[in-house]
Amino acid sequence: HPLSITVVRSFTAKSRARAAPPPAGSVLFEDTSSTAPAMNSQGYYTPGYDMQGASSDMQGGPGAGNMFADPMANAAMMYGSSLANQGKDIVNKEISRFMSVNKLKYFFAVDTRYVLKKLLIIMFPYTHQDWEVRYHRDTPLPPRQDVNAPDLYIPTMAFITYILLAGMALGIQKRFSPEVLGLCASTALVWIIIEVLVLLLSLYLLTVHSDLSTFDLMAYSGYKYVGIIFTVLCGLLFGSDGYFVALAWSSCALMFFIVRSLKMKILTSISSDTMGMASSAKPQLRLYITVATAVFQPIIIYWLTSHLVR
Amino acid sequence: MALTLYALIQTAVLCTNALAVLHEERFLSKLGWGVEQGVGGFGDDPGVKAQILNLIRSVRTVMRVPLIIVNSACIVLLMLFG
Repeated sequence: HPLSITVVRSFTAKSRARAAPPPAGSVLFEDTSSTAPAMNSQGYYTPGYDMQGASSDMQGGPGAGNMFADPMANAAMMYGSSLANQGKDIVNKEISRFMSVNKLKYFFAVDTRYVLKKLLIIMFPYTHQDWEVRYHRDTPLPPRQDVNAPDLYIPTMAFITYILLAGMALGIQKRFSPEVLGLCASTALVWIIIEVLVLLLSLYLLTVHSDLSTFDLMAYSGYKYVGIIFTVLCGLLFGSDGYFVALAWSSCALMFFIVRSLKMKILTSISSDTMGMASSAKPQLRLYITVATAVFQPIIIYWLTSHLVR
Repeated sequence: MALTLYALIQTAVLCTNALAVLHEERFLSKLGWGVEQGVGGFGDDPGVKAQILNLIRSVRTVMRVPLIIVNSACIVLLMLFG
């Protein structure tokens, strides 16, 4: 994972450099030929056609503008290039609104100590005392400094390990073929997508203004793959009895973990209904969401692993 | 049960189609789910029913044109490839 972090860091460095153009008001009065070579080198990295068009415009602009005897055409050319710049900024902003790379970087800022402690908490959450996510001036602390923060490293690695384990388990049963592996992977992925969408929909319908973003929900729903790996391993090593014992253990641990983690975020989030007493429906519905999420975990663990351990 | 991504896309298109064909005056108002019942109390929490009505109305408004495109693409693909 250091390799992936350096790749992500270099990508954000490029995007940050790209997103620092001269402000639109002053472009009309500045000579833009100095920024033309910079734009050209950055235009190589992006697939946006308008960026390459804008960079070629800007290259042709100052060069051709000197040849125009008419200063009006010169000014018009520079105004057009500033408009192109603005359009390029808007496109960048829209794209980064869907998936902000900085937000994603936050979830992968882990280290070994965090991963070990988190795995211990997922499998044995009963002795963990403090479940609050710590903040630092309104932004949540990255996982490196706060063991309660959700991360996406563990779910991603656990998901890939689960797919490999499933292939191995099917190979032991002599039912392996590469298509089955792909099928297993896409089934698990589809279940994650369904769970995240249902959670998002229910949080929206009950107007729960928590700070759970899509990535947070993906992280919390990906933690079950740790339990799934443990269950499958016990099933392979100890047979059917070991499978059911491990299933019961990891289900209870996961349910406890999910309820304690989501309780902080959902049940105590500031609802916009601050006038008078909270209506009786609201806290109950939020409790239902938390409990339903927790109950869904053992079901999906059983569903995804029972065919691997016969 | 093997859920593939293709099945998920099919489900999504079918569900969005189902939401898009709910007619405002012929059906939803008769059921008490029209637009005017959606805007309930002011200010604070809209409540579950208002949120659902808002969701249905916004899906119908936003997804009408993309659904036309996606449905036409599905029809052509299914005719060509079965």
